[in-house]
Amino acid sequence: MSNNPQQSSQQQNAKTVRLMLLIVIGMFGFGFAMVPLYDLLCSVTGLNGSTTGRIQDVSQLTGRVDYNRVITVEFDATNNADLPWEFRPTIKKLDVHPGEIKEVSYFVKNNASHAIVAQAIPGITPWQATSHFNKTECFCFIQQKLEPGEGKEMALRFVIDPDLPKEYKTITLSYTFMDTDRSKLKQNGEMPKLQTSVTGNLPNNNI
Amino acid sequence: MSAVIHEAHDDGHHDGPPAGFKRWLYSTNHKDIGTMYLIFALVMLFLGGAMAMLIRVELFMPGLQIVEPDFYNNLVTDHALIMVFGLVMPAAAGMANWMIPMMIGAPDMALPRMNNMSFWLLPAAAILLVSSMAVQFIPGTGVPVNTGWTLYPPLSVQTGLGMDLLIFSVHLLGISSIMASINIVTTILNMRAPGMPLMKMPLFVWAWLFTGLLLIIIMPVLAGGVTMLLFDRHFGTSFFDAAGGGDPVLFQHLFWFFGHPEVYVLLLPSIGVLGLVIPTFSRKPLFGYKPLVFFMGFLFALGLVVWAHHQYTIGMSLGATTYFMIGTILISIPVGLMIFNFIFTMWRGSMTFETPMLFAIAIILMFSFAGVTGVMLAVVPADLQYHDTYFVVAHFHYALIPGAVFGLYAGVFYWLPKWTGHMYNETHGKIFFWWTTLSFNLTFFPQHFSGLAGMPRRIVDYNIQYIEFNQISSIGGILFGLSHLLFLYIIIKTVKGGEKATDKPWEGAQIGTPGLEWTLPSPPPFHSFTTPPQIK
Repeated sequence: MSNNPQQSSQQQNAKTVRLMLLIVIGMFGFGFAMVPLYDLLCSVTGLNGSTTGRIQDVSQLTGRVDYNRVITVEFDATNNADLPWEFRPTIKKLDVHPGEIKEVSYFVKNNASHAIVAQAIPGITPWQATSHFNKTECFCFIQQKLEPGEGKEMALRFVIDPDLPKEYKTITLSYTFMDTDRSKLKQNGEMPKLQTSVTGNLPNNNI
Repeated sequence: MSAVIHEAHDDGHHDGPPAGFKRWLYSTNHKDIGTMYLIFALVMLFLGGAMAMLIRVELFMPGLQIVEPDFYNNLVTDHALIMVFGLVMPAAAGMANWMIPMMIGAPDMALPRMNNMSFWLLPAAAILLVSSMAVQFIPGTGVPVNTGWTLYPPLSVQTGLGMDLLIFSVHLLGISSIMASINIVTTILNMRAPGMPLMKMPLFVWAWLFTGLLLIIIMPVLAGGVTMLLFDRHFGTSFFDAAGGGDPVLFQHLFWFFGHPEVYVLLLPSIGVLGLVIPTFSRKPLFGYKPLVFFMGFLFALGLVVWAHHQYTIGMSLGATTYFMIGTILISIPVGLMIFNFIFTMWRGSMTFETPMLFAIAIILMFSFAGVTGVMLAVVPADLQYHDTYFVVAHFHYALIPGAVFGLYAGVFYWLPKWTGHMYNETHGKIFFWWTTLSFNLTFFPQHFSGLAGMPRRIVDYNIQYIEFNQISSIGGILFGLSHLLFLYIIIKTVKGGEKATDKPWEGAQIGTPGLEWTLPSPPPFHSFTTPPQIK
């Protein structure tokens, strides 16, 4: 301690506080830095089935079609929240050889009375197959706009990498269409009342 | 430490507290702020407890009895947030405020004005939290906060106005606890009396040093996460919205990066209390003081890197789940060693069983039980079955009620004579201990079974096969809640009067630690240690 103990202890305190405020600001920044880092991690490892934007030069895959293997690709389609679209694959599943280019189509129709722009989000199960599933053309690459009552077929062209590990025999490809106008989410809407209950015969459920 | 500059002879009027509400509103006194923290925590205990009792009453029978499903989920959400942010953290901060300057021989906290602000943010946050629950009764404000305390999107993006109030409440709570932590850490590092090196500090002070550092690291991440949530809700960003290229799982990572170390934030102060209570009533120095400090440091470090064990079911890679599983199981090593240290402290001690000691022994037993179920939950293949069932509910209530809340009760009974200058009624204390411990076990033990049988958590209704377990649980829950009326009575009675407490009401209080708090009178003067004490 110096000859002015109060002064020196306050300086010491200010130093400690500055250091800790730095940690606080740094950690707040770390939270936001997680956003791009997490994205990067997912696209590098193929976690979460995020395949968008991964189009390889397919000629090196199609040159070595493996006719001894058959992979079953299953197609799945869902609408997010209350998107009033009809959305389904034209075929449920398809057997393909790795290295073969295949084209399938999905049917989509807007049943609403207004035009809607939506984006399809892909997902692949098992996720380990993600990096081996290459799309050369996909309706999910761009946003889709449908006028009221408009329906159309959308193309998807893909090729499976022959390097796909042997244990994977079935790949499920699923798409979820999401309305891009997020302001329409049921933020202020009423949730539907829960009516059913295992003891529905109890008298006077107070609801 | 006062910033007011006055002549040396003119400090007579600073001896006592100022009169009226200004004493509390403008307070920069660590004892008064500590008292306010403790009172705030007590109020929140009853608020959160009332919610829990409402939940248990609803679950007494399957079907819908008294609350609607969304309101039920709102209760579950706010019960958790109030107990974590309203009860345990403020109560622990209140004890830190009261005891740490007295233990280390400091005249006050390092930053007394910031101390005042970090407390007075809490009532504001509590008002926001309560109004987040109340706005649902105003038409047009949308769906109540029905997400659970984890606030996972996309549901939390779609709920109504209550979520915005809740997010601001979490911001305030976060700012408050960051400021409190900076204050406490600065006090511990800079304000120790000469002759009090770090490795001689009472264990409670060490526990709070780690707690404070943990909070400084994790709280900003939660603040960032809920800020992103707010942006997704109102400003058209897509941090967690897959349609715009975001990912809801990212929120889970941000939340649990905060949420798992938060468990140690709740636990460590109570471990610190045990480190004082057990030597006192065993009349033996703490066994392995240095290792205990190292174990707490190990827990601090390990706790920061195992968060994803809350998310085994999101579809992580085998490598990632294996890492998080091994990391989580490793945590049982420092925690187990702490437990052994406490048991060895008791070994061949001349033990007496006053209320704080009874709580300490009960904590060791019941917290170990939570440790065992914790290891079960850490194992990935088993967890896939237990995930989101009542088994998890039973596990974390066994961890947090004995691990955090009972530790605080032990602290309250241990220090109440010091704070008030009166002894509490030992018989009442013991009745409270047995009542609360037995009813706690009655409440949560059956939930292990209903959970293993598959009863999911956070759902208002359940299958009739779980009726018996839930009825036992509900009866226990009501008894557990009611026991706290006795707690309140004991506290009020002790504050008002009672047998005069000596400076050192516990015979063994200074064994093995410098224990400066016991060199002061009970209750201590408004300003203590204005000149640094000599430590022998």
